[in-house]
Amino acid sequence: MADQGKVDPMHQFEVQKMFDMFHVGNHEVAFTTSAMWMVIAGLLLWVFMIGGMKRQLVPGRWQVAVEGFTGFISGMMNANIGPEGRKYTPYVFSLFMFILMLNVIGLMPLGLFGVHPFTVTSHFAITGFLAILSFAIVLIVGFWRHGLHFFSLFVPHGTPWWLLWLIPVIELVSFLVRPFSLALRLFVAMTAGHVLMKVFASFIIDGVAAGPLVGLGVGIPSMALMVGISGLELLVAGIQAYVFALLTSLYLNDAINLH
Amino acid sequence: MPQISQFAESWYAASQIFWVLLTFGFVFFVIGRGMLPKIEATVDARDRKVADDLAAAKAAHAAADSLEESYRQQSDASRAAAQKAVTDAKDKAAKDAEKRLAKVDAELSDKLSAAEADISAARTSAMAEIESVAADAASDLVAKLSGVKVAAADAKAAVKAVLHG
Repeated sequence: MADQGKVDPMHQFEVQKMFDMFHVGNHEVAFTTSAMWMVIAGLLLWVFMIGGMKRQLVPGRWQVAVEGFTGFISGMMNANIGPEGRKYTPYVFSLFMFILMLNVIGLMPLGLFGVHPFTVTSHFAITGFLAILSFAIVLIVGFWRHGLHFFSLFVPHGTPWWLLWLIPVIELVSFLVRPFSLALRLFVAMTAGHVLMKVFASFIIDGVAAGPLVGLGVGIPSMALMVGISGLELLVAGIQAYVFALLTSLYLNDAINLH
Repeated sequence: MPQISQFAESWYAASQIFWVLLTFGFVFFVIGRGMLPKIEATVDARDRKVADDLAAAKAAHAAADSLEESYRQQSDASRAAAQKAVTDAKDKAAKDAEKRLAKVDAELSDKLSAAEADISAARTSAMAEIESVAADAASDLVAKLSGVKVAAADAKAAVKAVLHG
């Protein structure tokens, strides 16, 4: 919260340093709130997956839940890439589950227990890292499998000869934009949702401060909207994780099968 | 916007990249590479088992069908055989009865004709005796009444003429 009791909707995105660790060059590596939530997400994910490791023929509820997630991603990889996509399922699955966990943790009402929730995926540094990682894997797989033939990606089938000067340029630009769109989409969706919720929350606080009549008149509709938006944000948390994984799988498909 | 303004702080980018590398590396190697293949193997094994069991059930169903078919054929065949045996037995019994009846008939008619022959023989012999007795009696009567001795042959002829009209 900023000065004069005003709610600053951007404050929630600030990464707090918790303690210093070591230096890399003149860059300091510290344990931060962001790092804490990533560690928690990783551990929660690990605990969740352990529940799926009972490997029973007739699964229990937990195992069904875990197998639902794994089946969802392997089905997507199978549909988008084919049998060769199986090799990349671990990466896409890790990506999907990690992003999903971070998105959902950021939405948990942990403030009720005095903990400051923090949405790691609302940081461009994180989404950018994951997007560049995906893009790098696509490039490595593409050049490793097809060599220079990978550049034929920029000349789609059925390109008329008189457009050969234009299409590859457009394709190249759209290809190079991929990591940015991948990173920005997740970062913007998460940021926007959390800003929106904070803004509506500040409406309630400001309305109450302005008196009981204004407080009720503004607070009740704002609260109702908050409830709806919270549900929507949960949906967005899932959809954005899915979109990130889906686009990664589609880009991988380009690299594996070309066009 | 802290997401952008914090890049100015020397620790921000390095810490974010370091920790995302570490945590995502953990997720990828421990969960993605370590646990996911085992879970997928479990799902695959289950799918295969279900498919195998379904195939086995289908095969068992087909076997049961063919078994039932062969059973029905067998029972049809044995029923037909039983019916044939019954009709054969009936035919044979009827034929036997006919044969025996015919034999008994023949015996009876033989006996009848033998009895008839006996009777006619007895009658002719009785007739002959009556003739001779009548001829004797007639010749005796004639001798007694008229004292004329009639030759036996004559008496016989006369009796015969009377007896036979």
